[in-house]
Amino acid sequence: MIQCSETVRRMQNETRSEAGKCRVRRIIGKLNFQELFHSAGFNISGSVSGTLTVACLLAVLVICASPAHASEPDKVEIALVSQPQELPPKLSNLDVPPADDGVAGGELSIKDNNTTGRFLGQEFTLTSVTLAPEEDALAAFNELLDKGYKFIILNVPADRLLAMADAARGKDVLLFNASARDDRLRGKDCRDNVLHIPPSHAMLADGLAQYLVTKKWRRWFLVVGRRARDAHYAEAVRKAARKFGAKIVAEKSWDYGPDARRTAQAEVPVFTQGVDYDILVVADEIGEFGEYLAYRTWDPRPVAGTQGLVPTSWHRTHERWGSAQLQSRFRKAFNRFMTPLDYHVWAPVRAIGEGATRTTSTDFAKIRDYIGSSDFELAGFKGQKLTFRPWNGQLRQPVLLAAARALVSVSPQDGFLHQKSLLDTMGTDEPQSECRFAE
Amino acid sequence: MFTEFRMYLWAIAMSFAFAAGPAHAYTVYVSNEKDNTVSIIDSETLEVTGTLDVGQRPRGITLTHDGKQLLVCASDDDTVEVYDVATRQLVKNLPSGPDPELFILHPSGNPLYIANEDDNLVTVIDLEKNKVLAEIPVGVEPEGMGISPDGAILVNTSETTNMAHFIDTTTYEIIDNVLVDSRPRFAEFSNDGTALWVTSEIGGTVSVIDPSSRKIVAKIEFEIPGVRAEAIQPVGVRLTRDGKRAFVALGPANRVAVIDAKTFEVEKYLLVGQRVWQLALTPDEKLLFTTNGASNDVTVIDVEALKAVKSIAVGRFPWGVTISSD
Repeated sequence: MIQCSETVRRMQNETRSEAGKCRVRRIIGKLNFQELFHSAGFNISGSVSGTLTVACLLAVLVICASPAHASEPDKVEIALVSQPQELPPKLSNLDVPPADDGVAGGELSIKDNNTTGRFLGQEFTLTSVTLAPEEDALAAFNELLDKGYKFIILNVPADRLLAMADAARGKDVLLFNASARDDRLRGKDCRDNVLHIPPSHAMLADGLAQYLVTKKWRRWFLVVGRRARDAHYAEAVRKAARKFGAKIVAEKSWDYGPDARRTAQAEVPVFTQGVDYDILVVADEIGEFGEYLAYRTWDPRPVAGTQGLVPTSWHRTHERWGSAQLQSRFRKAFNRFMTPLDYHVWAPVRAIGEGATRTTSTDFAKIRDYIGSSDFELAGFKGQKLTFRPWNGQLRQPVLLAAARALVSVSPQDGFLHQKSLLDTMGTDEPQSECRFAE
Repeated sequence: MFTEFRMYLWAIAMSFAFAAGPAHAYTVYVSNEKDNTVSIIDSETLEVTGTLDVGQRPRGITLTHDGKQLLVCASDDDTVEVYDVATRQLVKNLPSGPDPELFILHPSGNPLYIANEDDNLVTVIDLEKNKVLAEIPVGVEPEGMGISPDGAILVNTSETTNMAHFIDTTTYEIIDNVLVDSRPRFAEFSNDGTALWVTSEIGGTVSVIDPSSRKIVAKIEFEIPGVRAEAIQPVGVRLTRDGKRAFVALGPANRVAVIDAKTFEVEKYLLVGQRVWQLALTPDEKLLFTTNGASNDVTVIDVEALKAVKSIAVGRFPWGVTISSD
């Protein structure tokens, strides 16, 4: 009797701390009491008195337990490898990247998958491995392969991602790129075992370009930062200008160094003087100087690109198409806003969950094949189903155009047409793609 | 003599008036999600006769079966508000649980079943005792709520789990789950209880389910010339009492599909306002009201002629609609 009470109290406490709050709730589904007792740490045998059984039964009934499934659930184990890239300089670092950036998105998605999974006897887990920038990410990745992980989400730079994709080549493994925006990963360096969640540089630049052209702001002044990533972004902006009939009327590199807070007022007017343009487009992925350009240009001109009006996959101001629900569930669970990286981990976990639900299976090959099939569709809170481009594994998606505290627009813009999907007006399209999957 | 003559004339005048308009003037209530109001429309004059200030983010809206109280899901206030129809005053709040989105009354008029979108629950409330009877864990983002005409089976659809959950209303247990296409938004039983219609917003389809076998018997797809497939997003459904016809709101396709509910063929697409979500038929089934979120108006459709007859400007982002029984 004592043992029973203690066990039940422990279960209650566990459930309480897990849910944050506890309500008396009816237990639904086909509840197997014997199994429940077994899982609570003791067996019901013939010698157990009737009183004990009744007392325990009543006690268990008031636990806010999830419905137990009759048999051991089938598991889908997902891994996440994160190796934080260069952080923004402290000086402009007003928004400190959360320690669980990305991981939190994955955890929310796992929770959702498990809510659905109870109806099918499926369980999903996420194992997160976070590495310091200097650590050997490939070794950690290989360790995950050895442990048998087949779905692995990667928040690593492009070169490391390629090394991992090549290490997993020929194996039953599906990788999801959760952070690298490099166009080459969707082009000449594409791999058939990688699906890309974040919009590429080309998709972001095209999404922005469509809006600027719609606004008839066609003359762009391009300002490029000193990092390789900035050069990649700038190249996508140049291509977008050509594609949508805008013109780069001037281009300058920002080489004043990092901390421009005190000097920007003197430097930016001179830097932007003497050019006839509609909008300043900045390529500064790390946020070194871009924030200091607005309101300081010689002529009164808006700023867009990596700062100002930003093309992005996710933003805290996004509330359309049911995303208010995802945002609020996320905030309740983690007490902060959902970031793009959170979304990029949320989405593949959800895609895997969707695959398991639709195939009613936790078998790797079945889920992978479903995700790769034309039947796959992801409800990603973007107002339409999201699908993968078969020619390079990129997730098709609308691009949000966000200012700091307001969502300005969502691309594709009206009037940009495509023979197959309007979403394919953004990014390198199939005929132009350099991606050739190895046979 | 003169008085009698005047009354005679009055009677003639009234009979003409009735012949010209609908038999009854119903009251139509529209919840406006973004400006926290309910617009009140007279179904005969098709004019807004009043606006009610309600709680934050009003979405689901319905009337009690006696017609005396209006229930509004104030989603961001985590409550269901109860208004007295006659005085238009707030009477009480129901312990709805967090983020109530949509609800449905038992055919007997009590209890009320509420979908709690943020908490993956369906909350059952005794309206008279103002008391929670049960909380039923369902899939992720529960929204659509349908109840069989005999009140035995409650159906909830969960938008991210993509299932229709069949719930026994006496035991509060889920007896079955039917997987449908992406983002199921709404569930509606036919009047005879032989068919359940579930819309899938992102999937772009309507699944017609046999409630006894819980199998999908038909999947309705839509194709509209000049409208992108992705813009066709079915949400609200209404069936006529005779079970012969269904109306499906198609969201950003800005159309209501008219469907033969026996053959499942789409008969016609009616152009309405922008981002049409919810629908309500007048009790005489002569008029259909649609909420058009993006154009901030309600379209009134003449059901017999299958023509949109009027747009009525309401508040910002009209979401739900319900109509009085007399």
